[in-house]
Amino acid sequence: MSAIKAGQPGILAGLLAITRRDLLLAWKRPGDVLNPLFFFAMVCTLFPLAVGPSAEQLTFSGPGVLWVAALLSTLLSLNSLFMSDHEDGSLDQLLVSPQPLPVLALGKTLAHWLISGFPLVLISPLLAITYRMPSDIMGVLMLTLLLGTISLSLLGSIGAALTVGLHRGTALLSLLILPLAMPVLLLGANTVSLAAGNDIYSTGIWALGAYAVGSISLAPYATAAALRISNE
Amino acid sequence: MTAKLSARKLTLIRGESCLFQGLEFSLSRGELLLLEGQNGSGKTSLMRAIAGMLSLESGEIFWNDVPVSDQRQEFHGSLVWLAHRTGLKGDLTLVENLRFEGALRRQADVDPATIFERLGIARLKSLPLRSLSAGQQRRVALARMMMADVPLWLMDEPFTNLDREGRQLVMDLTEEHLASGGMCVMAAHQDVKVDATVIRVNLS
Repeated sequence: MSAIKAGQPGILAGLLAITRRDLLLAWKRPGDVLNPLFFFAMVCTLFPLAVGPSAEQLTFSGPGVLWVAALLSTLLSLNSLFMSDHEDGSLDQLLVSPQPLPVLALGKTLAHWLISGFPLVLISPLLAITYRMPSDIMGVLMLTLLLGTISLSLLGSIGAALTVGLHRGTALLSLLILPLAMPVLLLGANTVSLAAGNDIYSTGIWALGAYAVGSISLAPYATAAALRISNE
Repeated sequence: MTAKLSARKLTLIRGESCLFQGLEFSLSRGELLLLEGQNGSGKTSLMRAIAGMLSLESGEIFWNDVPVSDQRQEFHGSLVWLAHRTGLKGDLTLVENLRFEGALRRQADVDPATIFERLGIARLKSLPLRSLSAGQQRRVALARMMMADVPLWLMDEPFTNLDREGRQLVMDLTEEHLASGGMCVMAAHQDVKVDATVIRVNLS
């Protein structure tokens, strides 16, 4: 590592600055932020209407539907992660900044998660009620979604970085990300199902946690490398 | 330590065409490297290559005689890039944009107010950049460049969108930066008159 000269802002300052900037941008354009959340809420509320009010069926399919909706809404929102930065040239400026690129990528993903992933976790109990899920598994549902959306945002940032130069790269982005996101979906939905059936579910939580930690430590590097490649 | 930017045997091929081959230059403090050539001759590509955003076919760029690829962070901490696109956020105000920049790079010990005053953007401070004219946005990008405490300025077509007075201002700023021991790499179409050593690279 090269020595950073005195006066150069630290890594944490860079991380916080880019997170704050993206949150501020989202604050000024709330429509973009609410879109994925709205999508999530809509899928989750429409499903019970379509399949009918049978309690048994709803409790059975609830975890799966919530999790699929969470996955799709994350994918939907990821497309725009680097898009506007690429269009106005600020991505180029990030690439030539003295801050390490993985840190900036992590900061951007953190902001993205705070905007699209975290609210989703917060409203999930509300939607789970529609599926007659017992109230004592709300905690499990929220915890799995919390860990899962962190992983999904980070994995998605790799795909978003790879497809940033392409127009209409959404389909490609989904294709790239889905194989990596599949374990998260399976673990998340099954853990909630197990908890609902009063089975032992802690293994799933640990596995999701491990996946999230792995993503936090590795994904920013992959994203940074992908950004450099797609910006040549 | 005398800062120095040099290049050895640069070759860049984009698609089918070879933009330049065996290009060499050496730039020391107080000197301006002027990149000339018609549209599409590779000025911006060379600039991007210098900034380390484009991998070259062959050749190496050196900063203080150390290859840039071995010290990317250090090198990026010594440069600021005025790109063709301003790289500023249209939804944020001038102050919000520059505050973000301040967290990335070492900032010069100057009062931002004097810089805004000089660039004629002081009264636009609280407007979102989207509502400014292209020339005014360009001036904000210039403010970012002036506020960074770095020796090397990379300027890609710095005169675009600027009025006559603005173009003169860019030349004055360049001259001052060079006089204070800085270095500039500039890609320009128009004639640049500065009182300093000018190294010309013609890419045609």
